[in-house]
Amino acid sequence: MTAAAAPAASPATTGEQPGVRLARSRRNAELSLLLLALVLVAAYGATVEATVLDTVTADFWMPTAVLAALFLAMHVAVRFLAPFADPALLPAVALLNGIGVGFLRRLDLAKADPGDRETLAIFAGNGGRQLAWTLASVALAAGLLALMRDHRSVSRYAYTLGLAGIVLVMIPAVLPARYSEIYGAKLWIIIPGLGQIQPGEFAKLALLAFFAYYLVRKREVLSLASHRFLGIDFPRGRDLGPVLAVWALSVLVLVFEKDLGTSLLYFGMFVVTLYIATERVSWLLIGLILFFGGAYLAYVLGGVIGGPFANFHLRAEIWLDPFADPYQDGYQLVQGLLALGSGGLFGAGPGGGEPLEIPEVQNDFIFAGIGEEIGLFGLSALLVVYLLIVERGLRAALAVRDSFGKLLAGGLAFTLGLQVFVIVGGISKLIPLTGQTTPFLSAGGSSLMANWLLIIVLMRVSDAARRPMTGGPGGTAARPGGGPPEQLHGAPTEVIRP
Amino acid sequence: MPELVITVARFGFLILLWIFVFTVVGVIRRDLFAGARSGRLVAAPRTVGAATGQPAPKPAKAKRGRAAHQLVVTAGQLAGTRITLGEAQITIGRAEDSTLVITDDYASARHARLVPRDGQWFVEDLGSTNGTYLDRAKVTGPTPVPLGVPIRIGRTSLELRP
Repeated sequence: MTAAAAPAASPATTGEQPGVRLARSRRNAELSLLLLALVLVAAYGATVEATVLDTVTADFWMPTAVLAALFLAMHVAVRFLAPFADPALLPAVALLNGIGVGFLRRLDLAKADPGDRETLAIFAGNGGRQLAWTLASVALAAGLLALMRDHRSVSRYAYTLGLAGIVLVMIPAVLPARYSEIYGAKLWIIIPGLGQIQPGEFAKLALLAFFAYYLVRKREVLSLASHRFLGIDFPRGRDLGPVLAVWALSVLVLVFEKDLGTSLLYFGMFVVTLYIATERVSWLLIGLILFFGGAYLAYVLGGVIGGPFANFHLRAEIWLDPFADPYQDGYQLVQGLLALGSGGLFGAGPGGGEPLEIPEVQNDFIFAGIGEEIGLFGLSALLVVYLLIVERGLRAALAVRDSFGKLLAGGLAFTLGLQVFVIVGGISKLIPLTGQTTPFLSAGGSSLMANWLLIIVLMRVSDAARRPMTGGPGGTAARPGGGPPEQLHGAPTEVIRP
Repeated sequence: MPELVITVARFGFLILLWIFVFTVVGVIRRDLFAGARSGRLVAAPRTVGAATGQPAPKPAKAKRGRAAHQLVVTAGQLAGTRITLGEAQITIGRAEDSTLVITDDYASARHARLVPRDGQWFVEDLGSTNGTYLDRAKVTGPTPVPLGVPIRIGRTSLELRP
């Protein structure tokens, strides 16, 4: 194999072919989408002020301007740090985050005295706090993007992350209730005078990185060495042991912390990662049967003996018939359903609804509050935006060339989708309501920050997936038998296996 | 504020929301189909001998105009993965620094590589344990790879696409 004529010919033949167009970074598309999203956020803010205050104040653009500066800075960071990342992710997330901030500010306007409304400071109230949290989250996200230059480097810290995940999940369980319990759910770390964080949101990311790494290492064993039982292949216990232990521990602790939503989220995350790793539908079946069986058992047990299951029993009862006790137990769900219903097809217009009638509208029920004002027409657009984010995540998982990246991106995208399903299904009475935040919309710093980090991981994986496989400036073809140097160009991180 | 202005703002916002959604879909769509000139991106795998209506992609022709631009994994754990080809060689194996990292029981750490010469890609076995096959024939030296002919490594199957 001689390479004498290669350098002259091969650039000419490959340089102008359509295949090369695939290598475009699409950053300009991202910029224009981002600007469109920001226009939407500004329009939302202006419409809210026009409806609530009956005039548009001169400062209506201030929160949008802060968000614009943030997201454009993030866009520039992506240009330098992950030039081939998916162009749809950042604008979609920016839109959701911006509308979330706008809606929370709208709640503040409704709560404030009529005299103070026109002079509400931009960092005041829930909306202002959310804006500050967005600032912190985007800064942290940019930091992660700079720090994690290759998603495969995460696999080096897999066991550390797994341990960190368990510890994070367990902290609220062992802390005294005074420092960890809000509304009966013991899943917070409350720092008196400062605020509270929800460590489970971050544990989600750490545990998923561990699952992905472990299942990549063991996937051959898991899908080959198995016992056949009832026509389904079960892997050997010792191969699955550590993952099952991590999962059982997190689920037990979560049941103990009375947070069924997150528990369900971890369970789904675990089953789907296992399914992606082994490509066996039997895992999905086992997972669904275990889940429905467990849920039914918890419902029955809650009715008979109460105790730790009483909470779930009550939620299931409310779900089955929310109008049985519309002023006490079912109050929140009934108010949410009434809000969605009075919103109708096109809604009451931003600022035109009565969201304060719904308890906790800034957290769990934000989708019902927004739904009253933008109607089914607008809500479905928001749901499609979520769908597109999940689709782009799964697309990155399909396209990336290493198994760890596939599992990581696939698991993260699915987890985000499942979280939206659990909460939107809950408020629309499709499934029993379990407390979950709506990603990027709900008030809450931990959730916002963790979901921004999740998006950054997806962008990093999609950058690796879409980066074209070209060598350095000289091109590999110029060197006969070109060896390791060019490969290392394409693979900035070397994973050293024990 | 006049009622009319608020109504226009209300519906304008909803319409703008959907315009955003469709613009994102448009960007994604262009992304998906970039480089697919005639929907051939999803063409079924072709084998060497099979007559497929269009002029057969012979190696001689592959040098002009019908150069390979994508490497597609058609079977195995990574099925569906596609790599846009440039001028760099593609290394295949279990080693983490390979271009295509395959976790396949029958693959070696550094199993095979694909090298471009004059717009034609050659496959070369790197002394693997279980061998590399071009369609049915075992690869012994650098062998030119025609478009659409499967390269088999363990349970993984790859082919070049235009």
